[in-house]
Amino acid sequence: MKSLEELRAIREKMQGKVGVRAENENQIRVVVGMATCGIASGARPVLTALSDAVQEQNLSEKISVTQTGCIGLCQYEPIVEVMEPGKEKVTYVKMTPEKALEVLRLHLLGGQVVTKYTLSAAQKNNA
Amino acid sequence: MMPEISLNILDVAENSVRAQASLIEITVSVKPEEDTLTVWIRDDGCGMTPEQVSNVQDPFYTTRTTRKVGLGVPFFKQAAESTDGSFQISSELGKGTAVKAVFTLSHIDRMPLGDISSTIHTLIVFNEQIDFRYTYEYGDRSFVLDTRQMREMLGEGISFSEPEVSAFIKEYLETNKSETDGGADI
Repeated sequence: MKSLEELRAIREKMQGKVGVRAENENQIRVVVGMATCGIASGARPVLTALSDAVQEQNLSEKISVTQTGCIGLCQYEPIVEVMEPGKEKVTYVKMTPEKALEVLRLHLLGGQVVTKYTLSAAQKNNA
Repeated sequence: MMPEISLNILDVAENSVRAQASLIEITVSVKPEEDTLTVWIRDDGCGMTPEQVSNVQDPFYTTRTTRKVGLGVPFFKQAAESTDGSFQISSELGKGTAVKAVFTLSHIDRMPLGDISSTIHTLIVFNEQIDFRYTYEYGDRSFVLDTRQMREMLGEGISFSEPEVSAFIKEYLETNKSETDGGADI
């Protein structure tokens, strides 16, 4: 069995590094819908993929990944909303871990909205 | 329906989060010799009135305003009852809520447990303001992850979402689960 003792070692190692990461105004907020509708459609792996990638690539100062409840668009779940300071909110629908990582690469890092996955693209296709 | 029992757990535990719980206790107990898989979720949140307790099992009841149905509890109840199992919810206003779902392990309609370690990891890392006590039992073996103990060892000021801590939590859950159940396919 693995023991919690390892946390003490992590604590030692991180002494002095703590407090570096402050909330900052220029942070991009990425929000994943995690109500019944989202969870049933596969939001958990989407959330995990995004937060793992942000951690692994050391992006947590630039991007914060959080969860929210139901925004009333259940048929489009899993939904990922991107809020960038000074820009209009972008709503990505029917996400998968793969699509979410594409959004991370192209939009969050590259600055280009991935239009094909947005709510307006999905609504256009349904019309 | 949820494709995995672990997703029902994630969903119903989110109710405890919204009920402003400060401690959420989750137990998953697999007893092959009794042919049961039992899930308990207990919180010390705001609780419900007897009327709300009966309403919450009705799919056409929700406290949300974004949609008119509330399927979290009904899904969980149906998932358990469709395996000849049982489902109980009890609550006291101001004290908290407890949910117990018993599944027949070998029943053909029982959903797989699914990625329970990922569910618990998600709950812990994304709801750091809440304490969690997670117990996993298989036969007579078990392990516990209590975030209050983790906090004590880690000290204040280091977030569970720090990459090293988050990775440790995931590894702890996965390793100890497989040592507890011997990698059984549940």
